[in-house]
Amino acid sequence: MNRIKELATLMRELDDSLAVCMRCGMCQSVCPLFSETGLESDVARGKLALLDGLMKKLFTHPEEVNKRLNKCLLCGSCTANCPSGVNVTDIFLKARAILTGFMGLSPAKKIILRGMLAHPKLFDRAMEWGAGFQKFFTKPVNDMLGTSCTRFASPLGDRHIKSLAPTPFHKIVPEINTAPGAAGIKVAFFTGCLVDKIFPQIGKAVLDVLDHYGAGVQITGDEACCGIPALSSGDTVTFNKLVCHNLALYDPDEIDYLVTACATCTSTIKKFWPLMADTGSPALQKKMERLTEKTLDINQFVVSKLGLKHADTVEPDQTHTVTYHDPCHLKKSLGVSAEPRQLIQANPDYRFVEMSESDRCCGMGGSFNLFYYGLSSAIGQRKRDDIAATKASVLTTGCPACMLQISDMLSKAGDSVMVRHPIEIYAEFLKKYDTDTKTHKTKTGCRPGI
Amino acid sequence: MNKTLIKEFQSIVGATNVFTEKADRVTYSYDAAVLEPVIPSLVVRPTTSESLGKIVRMCNDLELPLTVRGAGSNLSGGTIPKANGVVALTNALNKILEINTQDMYAVVEPGVITAKFASAVEAKGLFYPPDPGSQAVSTIAGNVAENAGGLRGLKYGVTRDYVMGLDFFDTNGELVKTGSKTVKCVTGYNLTGLMTASEGTLGVFNRIILKLVPPPRHRKSMVAVFDTMADASETVAGIIAHQVIPATLEFMDNFTIRAVEGYSHAGLPTDAAALLLIEVDGHPAQVEDDALKVEAICRNHHAGEIRTAADDTERDKVWEARRAALSALAKLRPTVVLEDATVPRSKIPSMVSAIESISRKHDITIGTFGHAGDGNLHPTLLTDRRDAAEWKRAEATIEDIFDKALELGGTLSGEHGIGIAKSGFLEKETTSATIAYSRKIRRALDPKGILNPGKIIS
Repeated sequence: MNRIKELATLMRELDDSLAVCMRCGMCQSVCPLFSETGLESDVARGKLALLDGLMKKLFTHPEEVNKRLNKCLLCGSCTANCPSGVNVTDIFLKARAILTGFMGLSPAKKIILRGMLAHPKLFDRAMEWGAGFQKFFTKPVNDMLGTSCTRFASPLGDRHIKSLAPTPFHKIVPEINTAPGAAGIKVAFFTGCLVDKIFPQIGKAVLDVLDHYGAGVQITGDEACCGIPALSSGDTVTFNKLVCHNLALYDPDEIDYLVTACATCTSTIKKFWPLMADTGSPALQKKMERLTEKTLDINQFVVSKLGLKHADTVEPDQTHTVTYHDPCHLKKSLGVSAEPRQLIQANPDYRFVEMSESDRCCGMGGSFNLFYYGLSSAIGQRKRDDIAATKASVLTTGCPACMLQISDMLSKAGDSVMVRHPIEIYAEFLKKYDTDTKTHKTKTGCRPGI
Repeated sequence: MNKTLIKEFQSIVGATNVFTEKADRVTYSYDAAVLEPVIPSLVVRPTTSESLGKIVRMCNDLELPLTVRGAGSNLSGGTIPKANGVVALTNALNKILEINTQDMYAVVEPGVITAKFASAVEAKGLFYPPDPGSQAVSTIAGNVAENAGGLRGLKYGVTRDYVMGLDFFDTNGELVKTGSKTVKCVTGYNLTGLMTASEGTLGVFNRIILKLVPPPRHRKSMVAVFDTMADASETVAGIIAHQVIPATLEFMDNFTIRAVEGYSHAGLPTDAAALLLIEVDGHPAQVEDDALKVEAICRNHHAGEIRTAADDTERDKVWEARRAALSALAKLRPTVVLEDATVPRSKIPSMVSAIESISRKHDITIGTFGHAGDGNLHPTLLTDRRDAAEWKRAEATIEDIFDKALELGGTLSGEHGIGIAKSGFLEKETTSATIAYSRKIRRALDPKGILNPGKIIS
């Protein structure tokens, strides 16, 4: 009972934020998980009541609550739509940290987070090793999507996975530090694990765009993970370690912006570093604040800081139809939804169509997909159906994690749809624009009305 | 609850639809009312009509209190269970069984979500008007059990006006049928009327027949700004006196205007004493005519500014402000008590000024908005329940509001229900004989007292 009292005391930290929930239940209408299960313990109101219960010493077995708290996509749909403004995601992350600190990390998570993720070099080597051997364990299933499934029964189940890239981005572009050119802007590019290890072509596209505008670029070649897998598992030890590692790489005085092409990385750095990270020194906290203020999503950065280019005399080709999925961590967390669409629409080779409920969560939710694959797929299936209904040949989204989930869903349905990042579409356009400048007049600036 | 009993429940609804763990039961211990939660001993989720009936029968046999729960969004504690009781969830019974466009009715299962139903009806070219504030999550059976209202009450009525018939289970789990799919039906007692607003105390809904109407062909919305509360309320009376019945006629006091403006920066006049938000609908010619009349009435009552929405986008903007009212107020303090004491609409000025003085008397912040057209105001108390002294003042405030509403010939609750929250005040509005009469009905229909005990009358 003393332990429960101790936990209740720890939970008191959340008292003021928990009191904001007026139990209206409106989160039921937006929670992707609740729409599958219909269980109150799956929706924000239920989970907040459970945390309230912990605080009031209602439970003798906190595991019951912990289990339900972890069954959440952290998509932030509830936070974005809460009538009384409950910061559900912040509360859940803090509660996960408190509960993990109190009950300890599971052995499997300990190995993955503290044994692997916390050691960037080791993590890189393990993944490179994996990339060399993966062909023995997996077989390709969809050329268009580049997905594979496992040859034998494995912990991956029947997922259609994206293979590790033969050469990760940090091997293609080990380290860069160039002075600002025509754009007069210096940008640090934070690659992120998924762009580095699975989608290096996105990193290439970012560099191409930055080069095109003549921005100075810094890539450190020594990045660690942004920390979200640790944070969502409540592992603040690993999280703080990763934040500190990354902070040491950048000097906020030397760069104008830090950009990422990953919705989750951007939202973690911008929102969760200041909320949750404890660097251990006031100077580092200050540095972190300055760096997070300079952090921007690549789509938003191009549109607001570089200015969108478009070629008004290029004959629209429109051979491809493209649609866009709003990652939760871009739209709901950071309010970025117009900019990626602007980048895509700048390219006259693509005809843009909106899908229905484009901002509905794809069901990935990071580790949610690992622990609740059935539910994750059921949510993903709706996304797949909405994509299929547009008849688009290309699906774009601003988050590599969503790209993984959507590739799995499309591949399983046997769809021939390419999954790409808006920056790739824009880079493709700029490349063509470069050659077209020889024959066509172009102009720079934001196109109004889109 | 003991294992044998749990097994019996499992045999009815299946093992995956019986919830025994405390962490699950805790999530069914509350609803949207500001009341103490009560953890039930078991939660079940029937997936068929038959199993729902069997659950009722079993609870009766075992004398277990049964609380049926839809979304748990009601504001009077109607779905707060008993500690030794069973909660039956209706959200697996969520099929729209029929939408008949020829005869303009629909048949639904209890757990159908109101907004989903309304949009399914709209897709078929018809209209289901009741639009309670919780419609995005609330269920039809919950709406019927509470007789939920909404913004369109003035012209279109409330849930009661759309219930044509019902199938419900009595305490023995036997199916009782009342009403019909026909416009006229006088077969037997009007049990449909008795069951509506019965808050789960007289039977358990199985199927509901709802009336549908043709949608209005045209709508026009406007906002009128007033310097005094009296001008705003006289405008309301004037509109009705001129025989214009707007679909919605909403009101916002100065405190609410400032809260909404602070929250959404919609450009509302923060120095105005009151805003009226008005929508007229119907035949295009009639709508234009009504809109002109309403504008003239507003002007005659010294409206400072009248803005008429030129298109759908502007119309949405008008209603955005109203929809933001509760959110904007809710963000100001941790505990929000949304009251719904209702008065005859001519008494709105007296009620609003009474609320202001009650607020001052108890030093409790109140923002008032609501359905001016039908006299259904929402004085919204902003407080912090964790502060015992303040909460005591809040409770006294609520009681004073009730007393004032009754003194003005009004009612305790326009649309939120009695539940637990207002049960103790019922006699103030009615008579002791009313309570006794109701109790007799209840005892006759539910001799063991298993159907949502403690609600409406204790």
